[in-house]
Amino acid sequence: MKRKTVSVWVGGAAGDGIASVGESLAKIFARNGLHVYAYNSYQSVIRGGHVWWQMRAGSEKVYTQPETAHILIALNQDAIDQHALGVETGGAILFNSDRMQVRPEHLAHGAQSCGLPISKLAKLPIMQNTVATGAFMYLAELPLGSLEKALEERFGKKKPEVVQPNIDAARAGYEFAKQNWKQFGLGLGLSKTQRLVMIGNQAFGLGALAANCRVYTAYPMTPASSILHFLASNGPKNGCVVKQCEDEIASMAMAVGAGQTGARAMTGTSGGGFALMTEAVGLAGMLETPVVIVNVQRGGPSTGLPTKTEQGDLFQVLGASQGEYPRIILAPQTIEDVFYTTAEAFNLADRYQCPVLILSDLLLSEHTETVDPLDLNVKVDRGEIVSEWTSSEPYKRYLNTPSGVSPRVFPGTRNAQHVSASDEHDERGIVISDVFTDPPTRKMMMEKRMRKIDGARKELAKTYAPKLEGSPDAEVTLVGWGSTANLLRAMMRRLEEEGVRANIFLIKVIAPFLGDDVTAALSTCKRLVMIESNFTSQMARLLRMETGIHIKDRILKYDGEPFVPSEVYKEIKKILARAPAREAVAPR
Amino acid sequence: MADAAVFKSDIKPDWCPGCGDFGVLNSLQKACADLNLEPHQVMIVSGIGCSSNLPGFFNSYGLHTLHGRSLPVASGVKLGNSDLTVIATGGDGDGYGIGAGHFVHSMRRNLDITYIVMDNQIYGLTTGQASPTTERMIKTKSTPQGNLESQLNPIALALAGGASFVARGFSGEPTHLAELYKQAIRHKGFALVDVFSPCMTYNKNNTYTWFKERIYKLEDQRHDPKNFEAAMARSQEWGTQIPIGVFYQNERMTYEEGEPAMAHGAMSKLPFKPLDPSILLEFV
Ligand SMILES: Cc1ncc(C[n+]2csc(CCOP(=O)(O)OP(=O)(O)O)c2C)c(N)n1
Ligand code: SF4
Repeated sequence: MKRKTVSVWVGGAAGDGIASVGESLAKIFARNGLHVYAYNSYQSVIRGGHVWWQMRAGSEKVYTQPETAHILIALNQDAIDQHALGVETGGAILFNSDRMQVRPEHLAHGAQSCGLPISKLAKLPIMQNTVATGAFMYLAELPLGSLEKALEERFGKKKPEVVQPNIDAARAGYEFAKQNWKQFGLGLGLSKTQRLVMIGNQAFGLGALAANCRVYTAYPMTPASSILHFLASNGPKNGCVVKQCEDEIASMAMAVGAGQTGARAMTGTSGGGFALMTEAVGLAGMLETPVVIVNVQRGGPSTGLPTKTEQGDLFQVLGASQGEYPRIILAPQTIEDVFYTTAEAFNLADRYQCPVLILSDLLLSEHTETVDPLDLNVKVDRGEIVSEWTSSEPYKRYLNTPSGVSPRVFPGTRNAQHVSASDEHDERGIVISDVFTDPPTRKMMMEKRMRKIDGARKELAKTYAPKLEGSPDAEVTLVGWGSTANLLRAMMRRLEEEGVRANIFLIKVIAPFLGDDVTAALSTCKRLVMIESNFTSQMARLLRMETGIHIKDRILKYDGEPFVPSEVYKEIKKILARAPAREAVAPR
Repeated sequence: MADAAVFKSDIKPDWCPGCGDFGVLNSLQKACADLNLEPHQVMIVSGIGCSSNLPGFFNSYGLHTLHGRSLPVASGVKLGNSDLTVIATGGDGDGYGIGAGHFVHSMRRNLDITYIVMDNQIYGLTTGQASPTTERMIKTKSTPQGNLESQLNPIALALAGGASFVARGFSGEPTHLAELYKQAIRHKGFALVDVFSPCMTYNKNNTYTWFKERIYKLEDQRHDPKNFEAAMARSQEWGTQIPIGVFYQNERMTYEEGEPAMAHGAMSKLPFKPLDPSILLEFV
């Protein structure tokens, strides 16, 4: 059975209002009980350039952006020229026929030209987007009322006077389509199921607020800035100070300062900003300060591809800062996972008193998806805290305990004054680095800190137990991490449908690496294929380093765009047609 | 009035005998005692340098951070717990060199933090290289032919940068210095106290005697700290006459007073509250 989905592209220049058309449509789909997945391809320009919103909606879970469209809403000529041939046979190109042209060559793949005479259908040319959306509602058999509601919400507060003219324009578009073209007969199966529509970065913000993050610091950097924007408008009323800093060095340092007081603190950035943060990430490691750091990767190196996606920072994050210290690195996979992982990251930071890094990328952070209602009542565990100190003995901030975790007091507690030092120190925090360098104490403190990893590893192996997803006796196992989880799931579904038994394996806990568990899970696999968005297959290399498992079959992408499912599918088939590469399976 | 001794830690300072930083430390202990502060109410945040070792010798909460980063860490501490008396300390290299960017922005930010710079016009801990406040043509280990860069003027920079309290002291005038600290700590907002704190070992030019021959007190000349232009004019004096005292003070709204999230008390003390589900309405 073919799944019932509708694919829509909206193309135009930055400033044409593509995002608002796309966001409205996503909400309309979701309110009608459909699943949505959308990716907006854009550039680092404020006006002009080319913006291309690619969205798929369906009554079953949709995992990726569409490769072809049923309907292209073209907001400028360029969008027609670039995307007309991607419209499916029988699909529609909706455009403003006063200003743009569809020529015969645009229809070579069988699309229909659906020109909208905007000057006749709307009061102002600016309403072309609304007219086109109205026409779309008819073609895709969606209730016009949902669009009218979306327009009221969009304009009602800011510009109430334009609500009615826009509703009129939407109706005119709908009617015009009804008179001139046939509906697609998609039979989408609308329902009343309620889902949320959001982007990954909003889930980061929500997760932080649910965990009662009290201080968020950041310096603007795409594609992390929307965390800052979300928190700037929602933080203060939910008990979170949001501070834009002078640079990422300050953001990280400030988060450490706040974390040190006992306030939960987070900072967020992309790879370049993270590079600036690194020295203070190590500071958090040395001071044993709980702090959460989000790195939303974009194309590198250097300024790289500011508005494109990549998974190129794995090694940067693994190796951030001089020396060795415990760190936890997690790679959430879906928007829902971003929410729950972020909330849990604060618990881990508090329990192990160390920096917790969350790796995302532009695709995960900025794509739009429907998610099931989130449970905001997340578990909160502040770890070991001493709330008063009455002993005549001095309080030891870095007490050498079996777990390596030293119960902490929050500054301000009477009688427990101490210094937390960036230089190596003893159990009380007294610096031992300079005059009194003391090898046994150094060794003890190093071991105390590093011992925390053992506890963290045990816990993480339970919370995020690495396991195969899909049929246990698959012919092929697709391995990946982070944002490509959706793609891998789509690939598994497709392979299974075509009679190839496939399963997937996602690596979520990057540090401490769960080597034994990963080895155990992969040891039953017949054939492994690594799929990731970078040039050198960083995860395959990490896996080999940590487990000895060497995945030689790799599908890698580093052109900045998300994987194209049909291309990945072809690659997988090619790989399966070859004899297995030597050592492509786990040593037993 | 409390006894300054309560602010002494059991660690003996490891500074060279005669180092200016001893005077800075003693005066700060006296100031905190005079203000009736208690050790657990104070958090001293330093960077890296000889001067930045100060928190280890002071009985209070302390944070010894990274070279140049005392101010952003101190800002985070203040955002996290505004009930603490937050004092940042460090050297001229720490604050005006590697940390200069943070210095400028901390003044604009105007959190209620006191910033004490032990200005010895040299890099002490790294054994005597030129610092941003080293005078021109002075020979140091890194400038054997003489320092080609001009000397940074922290007082003028602080005035231009919008600091709401700008003062300079001398560690050879401990009583005067303690008074400056008291004013700076009492001041609501960002307060800079730049302190001449001679390095006995690596700066043979700007010695105690050198300063004693040149300094005068602004209050003796009836300088009005409310007068910005006069403060700017005094900040330019260097050479035979060098002023110490309060150059400028102008209380304005602090960052924490303006931040709505901080209106309900110290962030670190807010009770846990589940997130109000109405936040999800935006997404349906
Ligand atoms: C990132 C970094 N760069 C360099 C250093 C080495 N370093 C330590 S202290 C210092 C300069 C100290 O001079 P100053 O801040 O004036 O303090 P003083 O020792 O004179 O009191 C330098 C360069 C460091 N610790 N970290
Ligand atoms: S080197 Fe200079 S600044 Fe450092 S302790 Fe000695 S005298 Fe003080």
